[in-house]
Amino acid sequence: MSDASEQEGESALAVPVDESEHARGSDEPLIRVENLTMGWGDFILQKDATFTVNRGDVFILLGGSGCGKSTLLQHMIGLQQPMRGCVKIAGLGDEGPEKWGEPKFHVGPPPFGVMFQSGALFGSLTVGQNLALPLERWTELPSEAIDAIVRGRLGLVGLRGFENHYPSEISGGMKKRAAIARALALEPELLFLDEPSAGLDPVSAVELDELILTLNRQFGLTVILVTHELESVFKIASGCVFLDKDTRSIIARGDPRELRDQSEDPRVRAFFNRLPREAVEEATS
Amino acid sequence: MAEFGLEQGEEDGTRVLRLSGSLRFAEAREVWSSVRSAAFAGEGASPPLVFDLSGVGRLDGGVAALLTELQSSVITSGGSAEIRGANADVREILELYGCQGVCEREAPQRKSLLTQIGQATDEVIGETKGGLEFIGSLMVATVSGLRRPATVSWSQTYPLLERAGADGLPIVLMIGFLVGFIMAFQGAVQLEQFGASIFVADLVGLTVTRELGPLMTAIVVCGRSGAAFAAELGTMKVSEEIDALKTLGLDPLRHLVIPRILALLIALPILSLIADLMGLIGGLLVGLFTLDLTPVAYIHRTQEALDLWDVSSGILKSFAFAVAIAMISCQQGLATSGGAAGVGRRTTTAVVSILFSLILIDAGFAITFNALGL
Repeated sequence: MSDASEQEGESALAVPVDESEHARGSDEPLIRVENLTMGWGDFILQKDATFTVNRGDVFILLGGSGCGKSTLLQHMIGLQQPMRGCVKIAGLGDEGPEKWGEPKFHVGPPPFGVMFQSGALFGSLTVGQNLALPLERWTELPSEAIDAIVRGRLGLVGLRGFENHYPSEISGGMKKRAAIARALALEPELLFLDEPSAGLDPVSAVELDELILTLNRQFGLTVILVTHELESVFKIASGCVFLDKDTRSIIARGDPRELRDQSEDPRVRAFFNRLPREAVEEATS
Repeated sequence: MAEFGLEQGEEDGTRVLRLSGSLRFAEAREVWSSVRSAAFAGEGASPPLVFDLSGVGRLDGGVAALLTELQSSVITSGGSAEIRGANADVREILELYGCQGVCEREAPQRKSLLTQIGQATDEVIGETKGGLEFIGSLMVATVSGLRRPATVSWSQTYPLLERAGADGLPIVLMIGFLVGFIMAFQGAVQLEQFGASIFVADLVGLTVTRELGPLMTAIVVCGRSGAAFAAELGTMKVSEEIDALKTLGLDPLRHLVIPRILALLIALPILSLIADLMGLIGGLLVGLFTLDLTPVAYIHRTQEALDLWDVSSGILKSFAFAVAIAMISCQQGLATSGGAAGVGRRTTTAVVSILFSLILIDAGFAITFNALGL
């Protein structure tokens, strides 16, 4: 790790928040997941998943390890094709007032931003070049303007001055923030994040939560994320679905705080209260 | 703490292994070998086995795992085994390691020969299908890239050209020189017997320009650039960089594959020409120093033996070699899955497939040229 990672700055717009100030989405649907069945070969990972994400939501895909959260996210962004069912996103199609359409790549500027679990920054490019790549491809902006946007985006995520660093020269938390900045490059209204705070220290994780909330509040971004961090979930989520590995289905949905306090399903209560499932089942019986 | 001890005995038709003392992890190897050989001693139907741990004062986790495994092995092999006499602390550790009841082990299912053949055939069909899909997608991407050049990352070509071409020059110079040198030596021994030493120039000139120059250069480029392309794209695939590229609206074929094919299409013919030249120089040196030929005579003989087609047919082959190396390495790289081991597997497959395809292409050219009388 170079000295660069020691100089990590504060996010320009990040403001401390508490659990009571979590995101609140609108009633206007932005994503519809309809009877989605996913898997490969004869193996079914999740079947008939159906839920809606509203505009302005910070929506969490929850569940135990191996239940298919990241795979569901990949289906939602169009990287994988479902066995049955579909994902529709408003504004991606041609018909109807909502213009519902399925996510597709290589047909124009990406309609949303995606941050992968590892950050997936291109190792052969500097952080600035990583951010500039989609701008060079999809805009007619002169290079000075692109540089300015790159600096601005990096400032937004607290990485001003790191344009010329390579991904290998910055810390894990900085990589994730740089990846969020890249995902924001084309000003999307919708952001997908795969385990943004996995592997981060508590302070970096909290700063990332604050950044997500800031983006949601200040820019009206709809954010869909996969995470295991319950603190994050209770702090930022406006809604969630809970995927179960055994039944291969969604077993709970709604406000995670309400699910924590009111769910009668031992699997959900065990998850939200960090308890062994056997203990919850015994207490219930 | 007392050291580990083992006694064997019999009680009411039951074989008893009495373990005593301290079963520490540092002694795990001794415990494993002695208890295991005692547990499986004897032939035929063995009586029920009991591990008596009443004399055990301390049990480390690693040793508990070994005892559990031994108990499980005895039961799986058709016998019966139980652990008894353990004090509360020892019992707790054993329970943590799943030593209650029988630890059933699922026997690996043996696949019949027919199943294995079927699975292997299915894999080959899947690989072939993947390869054909890649070729089809690449053709579509190339055509649309030519129609809309701004969608292809042409700027990536220059650094790739430098890596594949300029950086590979020293090894190509050396290999090219040595190929000519060795050919001339081998030929000289035979031709000298017939007083036809001068024809070493013909031998070296024709074999180097038509066959060995382009082929050896392609093999070097396969080892350097083919392996590098496959490993690079494979690593990008497993670290989600390819997915990230797609989510930014960039086509991996136009952003990564086409620049690589273009770089090799430029680099390989140039390197082949240089290898040809070095091969001729290698032959010339052998002619001068071992066959007492004059430089003028050797060069004159080479000029007479070679025509433009000999050199250009080799260069024509190197274009085909370049496409094969770039396409196979990129296809294998993009098909990678399964982490670091997957990258290694695909890189190996890429290199082996490229070498095989180079020989196939070379044979194809030889047959075609022969049929056309060229």
